[in-house]
Amino acid sequence: MIDLVARRYLFFLISAIIIIPGLISLIVPPGLQLGVDFTGGTLWEIKFTKPVSADAVQQVLTAHGYPDSTVQTSAGNVVLIRTKEIRPDLPIKGQITSDFQKQFGALTELSFQSVGPAVGGEVWQRSIEAIAIASLGILLYLWWAFRKVPRPYAYGVCAIVALLHDALVVLGIFSILGRIITVQIDSLFVTALLTVIGFSVHDTIVVFDRVRENNIRHFGEPFTQIVNHSLLQTLGRSVTTSLTVIFTLSALVLFGGSSTRMFALALLIGIVSGTYSSIFNASMLLVVWETGEFKRLFSRFSPARAAA
Amino acid sequence: MRPKNLRMLIGIILVAAVATFIAFPSSPGIHLNLFGMKINQDYPIHEGLDLKGGIQVLLQADVPATTTVDQSSMQSAEFIVQRRVDALGVSEPLVQLASGNRIIVQLPGIQNPDAAVKTLGDTGLLEFVDAGSTPLQTGTVIDTSQGAPTSGTKPATTQVYTTVMTGKDLQSADVGFDQYGHPLIDFTLTSNGAKKFGDYTTKNVGKYLAISLDKQVIESPVIQQPITDGRGQISGQFTLQQAQDLVIQLRYGSLPIPLKVVDSQEVGPTLGAQAIQQSIVAGIIGLGIVLAFMVLNYRLPGVLADLALLIYAAVTFALFRMIPVTLTLAGIAGFILSIGMAVDANILIFERMKEELRAGRGLHASIEAGFERAWPSIRDSNFSTLITCTILYWFGATFGASIIQGFALTLAIGVIVSLFTAILVTRTFLSVVVDDIGVRKLSLFGLHEPTEVAREGVA
Repeated sequence: MIDLVARRYLFFLISAIIIIPGLISLIVPPGLQLGVDFTGGTLWEIKFTKPVSADAVQQVLTAHGYPDSTVQTSAGNVVLIRTKEIRPDLPIKGQITSDFQKQFGALTELSFQSVGPAVGGEVWQRSIEAIAIASLGILLYLWWAFRKVPRPYAYGVCAIVALLHDALVVLGIFSILGRIITVQIDSLFVTALLTVIGFSVHDTIVVFDRVRENNIRHFGEPFTQIVNHSLLQTLGRSVTTSLTVIFTLSALVLFGGSSTRMFALALLIGIVSGTYSSIFNASMLLVVWETGEFKRLFSRFSPARAAA
Repeated sequence: MRPKNLRMLIGIILVAAVATFIAFPSSPGIHLNLFGMKINQDYPIHEGLDLKGGIQVLLQADVPATTTVDQSSMQSAEFIVQRRVDALGVSEPLVQLASGNRIIVQLPGIQNPDAAVKTLGDTGLLEFVDAGSTPLQTGTVIDTSQGAPTSGTKPATTQVYTTVMTGKDLQSADVGFDQYGHPLIDFTLTSNGAKKFGDYTTKNVGKYLAISLDKQVIESPVIQQPITDGRGQISGQFTLQQAQDLVIQLRYGSLPIPLKVVDSQEVGPTLGAQAIQQSIVAGIIGLGIVLAFMVLNYRLPGVLADLALLIYAAVTFALFRMIPVTLTLAGIAGFILSIGMAVDANILIFERMKEELRAGRGLHASIEAGFERAWPSIRDSNFSTLITCTILYWFGATFGASIIQGFALTLAIGVIVSLFTAILVTRTFLSVVVDDIGVRKLSLFGLHEPTEVAREGVA
């Protein structure tokens, strides 16, 4: 029988290796590529009938007082413009549009999104609040669900740490993607993050339930052994339940529309990470906590010891 | 067959049949006449803005940060915007007050989104102003005794013009045509307004009047004779669309407070149709893989779980049509995600079943134990998903992100329905297969040991 628990520090190391590149990318500016949902501004997607150069479009925008705009071209004579806020209820938008028409010919507007600076700040605030509330809610729920176990908060905290791990993995990867293919973080990304948090706990609970059950059934056995048993027993179903979700999400990423592609990708990464963290992080942390290794680790660095 | 199983089976088949009938894309709906009770429901699929195209805006009170806006002003503003929206003739519009002195407006499928937003958000204050002895140029921005222009515009001169009459004194406004067929606005005044206007025009024959809308001059005619009958025309080189939009603004009164757009999302209709196609393809592929996987991994119970999953998909989608839930792309993604999650409960149960069977338990007992032992995990983990959905719904509510709310709603409905199908439906199927039909071969349940086991085995 494989002893997974014995290798727990190896798994901590693996997690660190996965998280650290992303963490570095997050800390080094610009960290995350924030979409207009957060920064305010305008995102404008226009389809022209003839090929159009990004520079020419840029010039028109500069002429109307938007010099700091980014223009991207993509297949099908589509142009993606990102600028400061262009209010649709003021004449400026109509003026820019007719200039485009005069210079580049007929066009269809595919999408137009404009966010004022005040709203952008609010979305940011709301996102942080939502994530904080979700984590708190989950912590409380776990505390209640595991109330009959000695030290129920241990389960809650370990689950939260695993959850933070998953959030960091997703954020880190999207930070790196932001540098390579300019993927932007919008409110839909936050939605994916919140869903990942919910799912990560979903998975951790499956494992912890088994630990709790075995703790009662095999009372007296060393905790490391109980956890190991539980892990091996639940490995099959943890992986399998995640696999079905991974199948449907992969189909969405590969075959679904472009507007939900990044959303589905964030969910996919988060759920894979969530499965991994439930087994190799949350449970291992629980062992470290319950067996007191935590305290021993810290006592090595305590001033009392150093003085002795 | 056991009576309980028979009843459950009939119930399930009925629900599945009705659900499939309603869920089917080209379903004609239910039109019945049952014992004098008429049911006439079409259950159309409600498409969100990102599928149908249209615009959503957040209008906010355009006042300096230090000014407080009272609720009753916001409510009358909302009321006026609602009436204007109705006049636009959009199907399924939405006008809603939001916190922070804001109004959410959704106009699905609208043809000229920018013009429509302007019509809704413009204050619509019509003023008849004393221009003195020279006419004012059309398009001039002026400062009047009713107040200065709001953000975004500056008056041309420092002169403050006296307002004689405002749009409040209008009794009616309609689009008319002059002798050349050019659109203009025919209006009549209230008796109060007629008197005011009559007095003024009598005293000021030969002088110029300026008619302005939101501080911008539309036209500046000369007062040729006293106007005492309370009727008039505004002709200002309008297109028909402009005249119609102006009439909408005049008819329901001007807004008590100016509004500005602080957030706007427009989607053209072409993106939507393509995205739906792709989502359907992705959904079918995802579903197919899950179906195959279940059969390969769990054999007979897998087949039964697959049947339950198909019923789940039909019931959930039928519910979307019946409630109705406005479908967005994120909502469809939520639905596809929930298909992957719907089988989770079954997987937990089946894995537990396999464990019990391996431990030597009888088939019937293993099935029971599987459902019983797996239930706490299923309940806890689905509950945490529902908590997440609630938080997501609240998160989207504050800035009118109906896309996020759509996702939360579809996921939540999916989770709830999946609890029903995974447990009730699969359990009935399994019971029918094992207890009634009498299947015994363990290999059909995914085990490779001795092929048969007694029905009530040793624990």
